[in-house]
Amino acid sequence: MTAGTDLLPAPRGGTGTKTGRRRSSALRLFGTERSGETTVKRVQFSSPFLPYLFLAPQLAIIFVFFYWPSAQAIHSSFYLEDPFGFVSTFVGLSNYADVLKSTEYLGIARFTAIFTFLVTFFALSIGLLLAVKADGVIRGNAAYKTLLIWVYAIAPPVAGLMGMMFFDQHIGPIVKLAAWFGWDIKVGLDYFDTAFAMIVVSVWKQIPYNFIFFLSGLQGIPASVREAAALDCRSGLRRFWTVVLPLLAPTAFFLLIINVTYALFDTFGVIDVTVKDKAANNPITLVYKVYMDGFRGNDLGGSSAQSVILMIIVLLLTIFQFRFIERRVHYN
Amino acid sequence: MFKKISLAAVTFAFSATTALAANNITWWHGMAGRNGEVINEVAQKFNASQSACALTPVSKGTYEEALASGIAAFRSGEQPNILQVFDAGAATIINAKGAVIPAEDLITKAGYSFDRGAFIDGVRYFYADSEGKFVGMPFNSSAPIMYINDEALKKAGVEAPKTWEEFEAIAPKLKEAGYIPLVQSQLTWQFTENFFSRNNIQFATNNNGYDSVVDTKLKVTDPNLQMMFEKLKTWKDEGYFAFYGAGWNDNQKVFEEGKAAFWVGSSGSFGGLQKTAKMPFSATFLPYWGSIKGAGTNSFIGGAALFAMSGKSDEENKCVADFFQFLTSPEIQYFYHKATGYVAITKAAYELAQKDGYYKEKPVAEVGIKQLLLPAGEWSKGYRLGFYPQIREIMEREYGRIFSGETTVKDAFETIEKEGNELLARFAKTAG
Repeated sequence: MTAGTDLLPAPRGGTGTKTGRRRSSALRLFGTERSGETTVKRVQFSSPFLPYLFLAPQLAIIFVFFYWPSAQAIHSSFYLEDPFGFVSTFVGLSNYADVLKSTEYLGIARFTAIFTFLVTFFALSIGLLLAVKADGVIRGNAAYKTLLIWVYAIAPPVAGLMGMMFFDQHIGPIVKLAAWFGWDIKVGLDYFDTAFAMIVVSVWKQIPYNFIFFLSGLQGIPASVREAAALDCRSGLRRFWTVVLPLLAPTAFFLLIINVTYALFDTFGVIDVTVKDKAANNPITLVYKVYMDGFRGNDLGGSSAQSVILMIIVLLLTIFQFRFIERRVHYN
Repeated sequence: MFKKISLAAVTFAFSATTALAANNITWWHGMAGRNGEVINEVAQKFNASQSACALTPVSKGTYEEALASGIAAFRSGEQPNILQVFDAGAATIINAKGAVIPAEDLITKAGYSFDRGAFIDGVRYFYADSEGKFVGMPFNSSAPIMYINDEALKKAGVEAPKTWEEFEAIAPKLKEAGYIPLVQSQLTWQFTENFFSRNNIQFATNNNGYDSVVDTKLKVTDPNLQMMFEKLKTWKDEGYFAFYGAGWNDNQKVFEEGKAAFWVGSSGSFGGLQKTAKMPFSATFLPYWGSIKGAGTNSFIGGAALFAMSGKSDEENKCVADFFQFLTSPEIQYFYHKATGYVAITKAAYELAQKDGYYKEKPVAEVGIKQLLLPAGEWSKGYRLGFYPQIREIMEREYGRIFSGETTVKDAFETIEKEGNELLARFAKTAG
């Protein structure tokens, strides 16, 4: 029945080729040659329930680790509860009102937006720059690539710790370097210095990831296209903007989503290490605030309301990205 | 991993007591490093001293994490027998009626007599209810004390101050001698909560929150407290005080390196400081203001207490009572005091340490206890405030802003009082 590689009924049209292309280009990076063409086959199941059976484990995991906790969070965001769960009072939307009224919370939201923008922007652009340059390297490119990818293997808290050593008030080399130029960096004390350190460390941590994907994307662009472009146009920069970048758009779009979620959520470890357990007057992001109120302050209702707000933000962001940005991306 | 270890502990306990089936009790705590090892040693000593009970301590990370996992476990009915809860979390667990069995009830029910007077004064009230009944069993207790760089004082030709006025008078000399006169490590605990107790000033309404959660309000706009922070700000501008943020170690480091003359730390810092300080040091009490009438009272304890969680069998509760009894014995208290630097919590243990000549050898180790033993005042016993970890976060934020020049002392305390009172009102509703 199925001679192909895919067990699930493969969807027809664009999406099938899209995943096929990305996977093959990723494989090519690591030296495996595979035909770029994926043949699409329609797979028939003998029983209509069989596909659901195959899906069941995945659905069960999503239900247990996503839908169930989300439902719990939404439920408890309407209640005011003592930490031990003895008294639970329905308070309607007042948890949300308390959060949205707080100037502190709005300040954190503003910082989160700026932080996410800057981290995404710099991580993507530096990653792309390095990938383009690496793509051009002919001699010793394996060593060069390995060195760039290496950082990705470091766990976020370790990266945060290493990064913060560079910014340590007493022993940090970056602090000493900046002092030469008359900039007295005080991480943990000065709001902007701390924000600067957080952004630098978060960007540094994410560059290798972007680098890998951009590089594989670049290598996925057929040589014939590049050669044809080279015949038509002498300016390398212009060829990059008009030919290479549009062909990289699917990769860039995918990375944009990944980087935004990274900056919003996965930078938690970096922030935790930077503020050393004491947020004080340092900048923090919305996720860190949820943690502080929920896990350290034991205010379940308030932090549930905050996490529901975060869920809504992510939902809106996803809708926005797929409706307005993906339209401009063409996959062929 | 944890399951494996506890399984191993259980098997060990069973094999050690072949005839008697031991009652297994668990103890979740928030101590790491050397202090975590000492907890294991205490548990081993307890297990070796009797055969009816087997105690397994489990580290849950930090204080905050221990409390959070204890709460989560209680909600799913998997709570440990003993949970260590830190000072700022006291209101959370004590106000949750039914989550814990008061230590005093547990001990008397097990047939032991309980004498509140056996505990030293600064320890007695913090984890007790408003009638003075012990709810938590004080465990690792510390006091904020001022460490002294002996070299700095010699070089500047000055004596250690008792009051902040005296400090102000000698600060220029210390600065001239090339030292940062003052650093500290926790403005909330040392210059706010214990400012109220050392200077005998009311911190919050409803008897500092002990009497009721309803309508409890902070009194942090107190002019004396504002004066303290105005002074700190002035001292910082004049180079008499340095501030390196809310992190404990960033501030301690300057003192360890011999760059600062005085450092307000914890009596529990003594053990570590002996290894890290690059110069000879001594210690004295946390200064108070001579200008404030009635000031100079004792400080209350920092650190944490042990709580017996409810919902356990009588046999296990008896074991917990046995352990508490064991823990407060002078020998164990003295062992713990010496191993960690935390103060001994009973008078008998203090006397034992004195008799043994420990303080002749290490006079710094006695400073914390002596400060806790100073005469008590009406407002020196501490506080009982809900959502207090978050109130501390607000304080840390505003204090940081004061020293970075983003706000004034007056505005900062108005913000703390306003936001703090909102949290207290919220807490009153949850405890409703």
